[in-house]
Amino acid sequence: MNSLAKPRGWEKFFWPLLAAGLLLALWHYSVLWTATKVFPSPLSVEKGLAELLRKHVLWSDIGDSLRRVALGFGMAAIVGIPLGLMLGWYPALNQVLNPVLQILRPISPIAWIPVAIIFFGIGDRAAVFLIFLGSFFPIVVACVSGVSNVPAIFRRAGRNFGLSPTQILARVIFPAALPQILIGLRIALGVAWLVVVAAEMIAVDSGLGYLVIDSRNSGKRYDLVVAAMLMIGLIGLALDFGFRRLETIRSVRWGFRHES
Amino acid sequence: MTAIEQEKRSRSLSLSTRLRPIAFIVALLVLWQIAVSRHPDQLLPGPLGVIRALAELLRHGLLPKYVVASLFRVTWGFALAAVLAVPLGLTIGWYRRCEMAFNPLVQIFRPISPLAWIPIAILWFGVGDPSAIFLIFVGCFFPLLLTAMSAVHNIPAVYINVGRNFGLSTAQFVYRVLYPAVVPQLIIGSRITLGIAWLVVVAAEMIAVNSGLGFLIIDARNAGNRYDLVIAGMVIIGTIGLLLDLGMRSLERVKLFRWSYSGD
Amino acid sequence: MEHVSMVFDRDGKSVPVLDDINLDVSEEEFICLVGPSGCGKSTLLNLMGGFLSPTSGSITIDGEAVHGPDPRRILVFQERGVFPWLTVAGNIGFGLSKLSRAEREERITHYVQLVRLQGFEQTYPSDLSGGMKQRLQVARALAVNPDILYLDEPFGALDSVTRLIMRGELLRIWQAERRTIIFVTHDIDEAVQLADRVVVLSSRPAKIENILTIDIPHPRNISSRRYLELRDDLLSKIGLAYTV
Repeated sequence: MNSLAKPRGWEKFFWPLLAAGLLLALWHYSVLWTATKVFPSPLSVEKGLAELLRKHVLWSDIGDSLRRVALGFGMAAIVGIPLGLMLGWYPALNQVLNPVLQILRPISPIAWIPVAIIFFGIGDRAAVFLIFLGSFFPIVVACVSGVSNVPAIFRRAGRNFGLSPTQILARVIFPAALPQILIGLRIALGVAWLVVVAAEMIAVDSGLGYLVIDSRNSGKRYDLVVAAMLMIGLIGLALDFGFRRLETIRSVRWGFRHES
Repeated sequence: MTAIEQEKRSRSLSLSTRLRPIAFIVALLVLWQIAVSRHPDQLLPGPLGVIRALAELLRHGLLPKYVVASLFRVTWGFALAAVLAVPLGLTIGWYRRCEMAFNPLVQIFRPISPLAWIPIAILWFGVGDPSAIFLIFVGCFFPLLLTAMSAVHNIPAVYINVGRNFGLSTAQFVYRVLYPAVVPQLIIGSRITLGIAWLVVVAAEMIAVNSGLGFLIIDARNAGNRYDLVIAGMVIIGTIGLLLDLGMRSLERVKLFRWSYSGD
Repeated sequence: MEHVSMVFDRDGKSVPVLDDINLDVSEEEFICLVGPSGCGKSTLLNLMGGFLSPTSGSITIDGEAVHGPDPRRILVFQERGVFPWLTVAGNIGFGLSKLSRAEREERITHYVQLVRLQGFEQTYPSDLSGGMKQRLQVARALAVNPDILYLDEPFGALDSVTRLIMRGELLRIWQAERRTIIFVTHDIDEAVQLADRVVVLSSRPAKIENILTIDIPHPRNISSRRYLELRDDLLSKIGLAYTV
């Protein structure tokens, strides 16, 4: 629409590769020009990545991070979705609980770290708790607004067809709110991925976040730092991409604008 | 629901329904106090302890100092990111080939937790304010860039055609069609991004600097397990986060921008 | 002003949309384009407005070829064409930035009155009804004093009573400020009530099937014999049955 002509097939690969190539070249040469001893060039990052893979550190760290995210995010979804639906469904309940949620929500999950350590000590459970906190609030908020945005005519139609309140919730409200709930889950997963790295830097001694901070602290191995960052980016991208696939499922696709 | 209906509803609410949430909060606080007083050997303070801690922070003048330090970092990091990311995102979003080129790169950088940049921030900027500002900048830059890109995409073609039809110059077009059309989405994006900035500043202050609310929390814990100060710090963080969010929301209600929120 | 032949196909996939359209429009004429939905009426309008360029053939207005959009020819869109971030006055003044402030105010007042939106100058479009929004779009178009007005099913989204009123309003406005109007519609009655000439397009690829001159002077009596004759004539030319 905006550009003059429709891009051709080859351009789909050409332009991204060109941009990535230029960025790598810029990085490589600025490391050479500034003659820095500490900051790694793309080549040494690649070597660092290979080293991590050889020592099998990388896989176990990735596994640890993913496990914590899965547990924390999963628990947040299991608790948060029903709670959010209930709050959206019963405005009176929402009125009572909402202020508490609004006060707790803006407290950065990172700020809970000391409290998490008292409750759970240093270890997996503290990290899982932090991820739970980080993803719980976005999920609840998305469910509440998803339910309250369901047009009243849908509810009336449901009642008209003689559905019981539970049936309306399951067969009308939930599907109608699903697109918004999915958006909330995706945001929550992004937050979870952000929090896990922070939590691993402070509260535990394994995982990708620990890899970043440990590579720096023990011997200024900045090639490993950047390699770990790259992995964090790639895995985060993969998680987001996986979640976007959910949005293309037929029964929720109506809720997303797909044409640009 | 329109604003008028909402207003009517809230006015018609009886006093007792309005008091209910407050009663609920008070009940929670009382339960907390009772639970704490039953276990006196616990490290966690009760609500009264937290209030005493807040008073102590105020008396030592630490509270305003730390709040200002945190807000200073957030403001700079966010402002720098907005100044760079918004024009860049609008440009990239407008030119399709440009977007094809940069989108994959942005997508890889975005999910890198800003905190993972901490070692690099310290390497480049040392321990101190610039380091924290850089982290907040990184945390805000990519969300804002993506918001700006998608805002350009979502401009209805009709508006662009009208702009072309009336023979506007490029500058006029940007100022009179493009900019007003993207502002509502940019405001929503900024609100979310400001939330991220507030999250990042706390984490950054725990690791990379020696002042601010994040530092208050980690320092209170490390130096003598002063958990009353920890919770007081959390309360302040929550309150300021809430105020920031409310401030951005009130921007959404400015008449000039409100057009896209009145769902049609 | 004359419109010359144009053949058109799309996106390299070579879907012929318009096939050798020849049409002459004279100044201050009211033309209605009718045809089955999806036949390319809107494409034709976009070509004439300069938003698209024809694959072959050419469009000339006053001896000058059309290259790109131009404020001398304003397109009024189906709906959502008004800017939601501007007030009624702001929308009408949208194309008038080159004028002095006083002149702009004067024009805005004039066109607010012409489309009967007095009292709504500072209202935002979200608080206007569908008919008011379309009147506003027409006012914004007229305010820049264009030679030609293209209307792309402007009343398509309105209910039938409002449409009837809007037709009357459009005719009134047209008689007050004579412009060339090219009006796309799929509504036969609308065409017969409004147009000097009705151009009937065939289904895709669209060709001009017929051009029907409506020789009833305004205001038209929509139950007169001549009106019904012309209406039946048009229906049969499109190939529709007389009874439902």
